[in-house]
Amino acid sequence: MNSHEFSRARLQRYLRPGDWLTLSLGAGIIGLMIQTFWQGSQADTVIIRAGGKIFLEAPLARDREIHIPGPLGQTRVLIEKGRVRVATDPSPRQYCVRQGWLSQAGEVAVCLPNEISVELSGGTNRYDSLNY
Amino acid sequence: MTASTIKLDTSPEDHHIAKMAAVALGLSVLEGAIPSPLPGVKPGLANIVTLIVLARYGWRAAVWVSLLRVVAGSLLFGNFLAPGFFLSLSGALFSLLALAASLALPARWFGPVSQSILAAFAHIAGQLLIVFLWLIPHSGVAYLIPVFATAALLFGTANGLIAAHFMDNARDNPAESSS
Repeated sequence: MNSHEFSRARLQRYLRPGDWLTLSLGAGIIGLMIQTFWQGSQADTVIIRAGGKIFLEAPLARDREIHIPGPLGQTRVLIEKGRVRVATDPSPRQYCVRQGWLSQAGEVAVCLPNEISVELSGGTNRYDSLNY
Repeated sequence: MTASTIKLDTSPEDHHIAKMAAVALGLSVLEGAIPSPLPGVKPGLANIVTLIVLARYGWRAAVWVSLLRVVAGSLLFGNFLAPGFFLSLSGALFSLLALAASLALPARWFGPVSQSILAAFAHIAGQLLIVFLWLIPHSGVAYLIPVFATAALLFGTANGLIAAHFMDNARDNPAESSS
């Protein structure tokens, strides 16, 4: 008996045409879920706060450089190619600078010693790391 | 004082259900020994039994076997009325509802594999509902949905194929299955 032919006949019996339909529908639904749940929404606005007050709201689309004064000195923020980062900051540990580029809604870089935060918003925020 | 005995009248159907529930229970315990990368991602081998019972004895028997397995299993694992028990129960109830709905599908086109996949998806839906409504009411749970759904599809398909294989064997050797 040809075992290969045999197993193929069995598989055909086990998997009826509708089962293939269910399988592919299931795979399609998983694809949709991955798209909805795993893709953070694209950000479109940068919100820069200084000393707890909104210093500036700027669109992400236009490249620019922003200088914000704080108690320690000046913080420089760069907007480039739909991303934003803190380029230089007088804070001693440089956490917000080392965070690098932010591109998704809900991402935040906080320069605590200089009392400045850079937040991305747009669409629906995937999560709010400051409040939760 | 006279010794009294309580005698329950059991039908052959009760015996079948008890036997099948015992097999399902054995599979759950066996499966408990398999390490899982993520809590909740399990093969759900006991569902093979549920599928076979559904095909052979109907939906009512499948409900019995499934719920007996959940309750007796929780007693064995020691989590009766603990969160894990309610997760299992909710998953099992949703699966059973999905299986009831799947009976409406034409059997010529849809076999145990479809039923198994539908039940697996319903199972995670039931569990995630409990997780979201009661245990972890945070939208971060949504992040795990694709992982659970992928596991459901893979294990659902595998369990369906195994159930189909057993039903096929039973059809080829009816003497063996009647014992």
